[in-house]
Amino acid sequence: MSEHIVHPRVYLTIFLALMLGTGLTVLAAFRDFPGPLNAIVALTIAVVKATLVILYFMHVRYSSRLIWLIIGSALFWLAILFALTISDYWTRTWLPPL
Amino acid sequence: MEEFETPKPPHTNYINAEYGLKSWLLTRDHKRIALLYLGAISFYFFIGSLYAMAIRLELLTPQADLVQSSTYNKMFTQHGIIMVFFFLIPAIPATLGNFLVPMMIGAKDLAFPRINLLSWYIYMVGGLITIYALLAGGVDTGWTFYVPYSTTFSNSYVIATGVGIFISGFSSILTGLNFIVTIHTMRAPGMTWFRLPLFIWAHYATSLIMILGTPVVAVTILLVALERLAHIGIFDPAAGGDPILFQHLFWFYSHPAVYIMVLPAMGVVSELIANFSRKNIFGYKFIAFSSLAIAVFGFLVWGHHLFVSGQSVYAGMIFSFLSFAVAIPSAIKVFNWTATLYKGSISYDTPMLYALGFIGLFTIGGMTGLFLASLATDVHLSDTYFIVAHFHYIMVGGTLLAYLGGLHYWWPKISGRMYPEGWGRFSALVVFVGFNLTFSPQFVLGYMGMPRRYHTYPADMVSWQVLHVLSTAGASILGVGLLIPLCYLVWSMRYGPIAAANPWNLPGLEWQTASPPPTENFLTTPVVTTEAYQFAAPEHKEVVGKFERQKPAGT
Amino acid sequence: MICLEAGYRPPLNRKRTTLTEGLTHEPTTHRALQHHFENMEQQREAGTLGMWVFLVTELMFFGGLFLAYTIYRYQYPAAFATASNHLDIRLGGVNTVVLIVSSFTMAMAVFSTQLGRRRNSVIYLLLTIVLGMTFLGIKAVEYHDKYVDSLIPGQLIPGRPFNPAVAKPGDTDPHKLHLVEGANVRNVELFYWIYFAMTGLHALHMIIGIGLLIVLTIMAGRGRFGPEYHAPVEISGLYWHFVDIIWIFLFPLLYLLGRHLEGHLG
Repeated sequence: MSEHIVHPRVYLTIFLALMLGTGLTVLAAFRDFPGPLNAIVALTIAVVKATLVILYFMHVRYSSRLIWLIIGSALFWLAILFALTISDYWTRTWLPPL
Repeated sequence: MEEFETPKPPHTNYINAEYGLKSWLLTRDHKRIALLYLGAISFYFFIGSLYAMAIRLELLTPQADLVQSSTYNKMFTQHGIIMVFFFLIPAIPATLGNFLVPMMIGAKDLAFPRINLLSWYIYMVGGLITIYALLAGGVDTGWTFYVPYSTTFSNSYVIATGVGIFISGFSSILTGLNFIVTIHTMRAPGMTWFRLPLFIWAHYATSLIMILGTPVVAVTILLVALERLAHIGIFDPAAGGDPILFQHLFWFYSHPAVYIMVLPAMGVVSELIANFSRKNIFGYKFIAFSSLAIAVFGFLVWGHHLFVSGQSVYAGMIFSFLSFAVAIPSAIKVFNWTATLYKGSISYDTPMLYALGFIGLFTIGGMTGLFLASLATDVHLSDTYFIVAHFHYIMVGGTLLAYLGGLHYWWPKISGRMYPEGWGRFSALVVFVGFNLTFSPQFVLGYMGMPRRYHTYPADMVSWQVLHVLSTAGASILGVGLLIPLCYLVWSMRYGPIAAANPWNLPGLEWQTASPPPTENFLTTPVVTTEAYQFAAPEHKEVVGKFERQKPAGT
Repeated sequence: MICLEAGYRPPLNRKRTTLTEGLTHEPTTHRALQHHFENMEQQREAGTLGMWVFLVTELMFFGGLFLAYTIYRYQYPAAFATASNHLDIRLGGVNTVVLIVSSFTMAMAVFSTQLGRRRNSVIYLLLTIVLGMTFLGIKAVEYHDKYVDSLIPGQLIPGRPFNPAVAKPGDTDPHKLHLVEGANVRNVELFYWIYFAMTGLHALHMIIGIGLLIVLTIMAGRGRFGPEYHAPVEISGLYWHFVDIIWIFLFPLLYLLGRHLEGHLG
């Protein structure tokens, strides 16, 4: 494994993209989208921004598969925590009243 | 165990490399840190055992004649907290794991020696804060800290205990982090993943749980402490909070924590079974991957602690199904160990006695777990002595027995001395008998309806008292059985026969270096060319007197 | 000079400190090499891996709080929108920008250190520290605003319990809570509990990060890093970016969701 030096131009591009994402998410927040779309838009932009930081600022794009595996398992375990807990809250009111 | 090699003159090893208290308290040697942990863990185990004895004494009679209910509440809480957080969780990983993980993979030390030492100090600070809380007045919430009792109503030292546990959690995280990085980056040349001893696989899986689960319980306990300070918080129904959310977050860690306790024990047992049967382990890859499977599945089952808490029944069904599923990888291990024994050249030395005990007791503990995983049965058995018996079969019958077995097995490597084999076998049997006498009556008690965490029971229930008396009698036998090794192990450190580098004649990497090992474990970095547990074929055995001795593999 | 895609490898400064040259057979020996590692490569790999594993832990640590947020927001959307709208979106937005700029300067600090440009790396590290402190300063202003409006939950601050003024219809006083239709003040308190827990822990991580950066700046100023050895800067950079990522999620979740409900006042 050899280390990877990323050119500053890459950093600058990512930085500008992050600023753009911040602007977009603020603008989108004041628009009244139908249904849960506001939350979806906000979270999508946040996920894109986080992905850019992880891939370029944190050099994951150039890193070994092991690092990808670690990130993947972190997200997987977070998903377990969310999914199984929410399965309780989501179905708690399903039972008809006695 | 007889020796064939003449004792070598004393060599420079990790114990005599440096002298003085400072050289121990500032050491970065993983072997010395393991001994620091060994001392501290034994201390906490002793404290926890005192509470256990007091509990058993109180239950000898139906009346409250030793303590009042408030004191009893503190006794079982403190027994649980000390035993779970300060003995069972660090017991095998922080002592045997710390000592052996680098040696078994052919490394000079763990990847982060300073962090390793730091984790011991964190553990000690957390432990001392907890001890302070116990001395200041104790805590009575049960080791589970259920809200809203712990946040709103309890008048005991919840915050101090919580802070102690919060802090000690970081020692667990750092140990797990160290193991994962070490196993990934520091393996000796030729030590591929499938040549790793199963002890290493088990510790890798344990470390996964430590780093993924511990932070969740840390933040949960932090929230409980803050909620007590602020008189409101996210678990408080007055603000619209949900106490059951606490149980979700708590058990997200604390159920997998059971696997933090038992996975390393399984690793020890895999070593013992293969080596004392002198046979390559049956189904190496199955055992290795079942460790990882337990680490993953262990995180999917926590809801079975919430069956009677008001959790949705639909979620309960999912959790029930998944809880049955987690039995599969555990069963795979048990079957493979049993198959390894088949036609093995079994020697009944002390470590093997503990390992065989482990298989039987763990199986009982695991099978009774299935009763509790099924929704309807659990309603009857929840919060009874059936549960108490079930998890003590896993934690004492499983973890403690494997810990003792491992300690005896590696004692010559750790101390450079042999323990007295006769006493060892005797105490192993005493522990086994005492343990079963203590906890098997509790299954019956629980089935008959005796609830846990009560210090009295109806005086006209003669059968209950008979079972409680049996249990208390067993506890005294168990206590004696645990004191014997304490005495002779301490004795053997000074007076035991000098141990050879490889007293059991085994192929494992840790036996290929001196006993005790030098500071950097190996004089030259070993090169690994074979899988683990490669024993020579029978024709390579040489006979010395009435003893068979095996040449190391490859000669 | 080179396309963005390819791994740009500038020529390394060949003037190495060759104190041990000729004395050892190990070509990668460096004075920062610890005794239990075989070479610098292994040491660097272990350090990077260790930090990633640690960040997994951190993610799970915040994960419990994100879960609590999700569940309660789902249960009390109106109260959460009310509380969210009361947060200062300008200060939150400025802080987001500050943190992103600091992530950029941190990345540049790593770049400069990799090339062995000592002066640049010190400058970028100092900039990152200043930006981190700016973030904390702005956060302190926000916390003070909440204190003034009696929005600190429960009795965390003695003598200043949670007791916000609620605006009547038509009242535009920004210090009062403007309840969205269906909101309950007790649930607003729940939001603020989560807000303070999450931003407080985030701020704690910033403080730890700034501490790390100060040490690094001193080390960089003394010329301890170079093309062969700069793992500490890289590893701390990972930590700093992670803290930034947490904020990238906190900002929309805490400040933005519910802004579109500002018209639906009860």
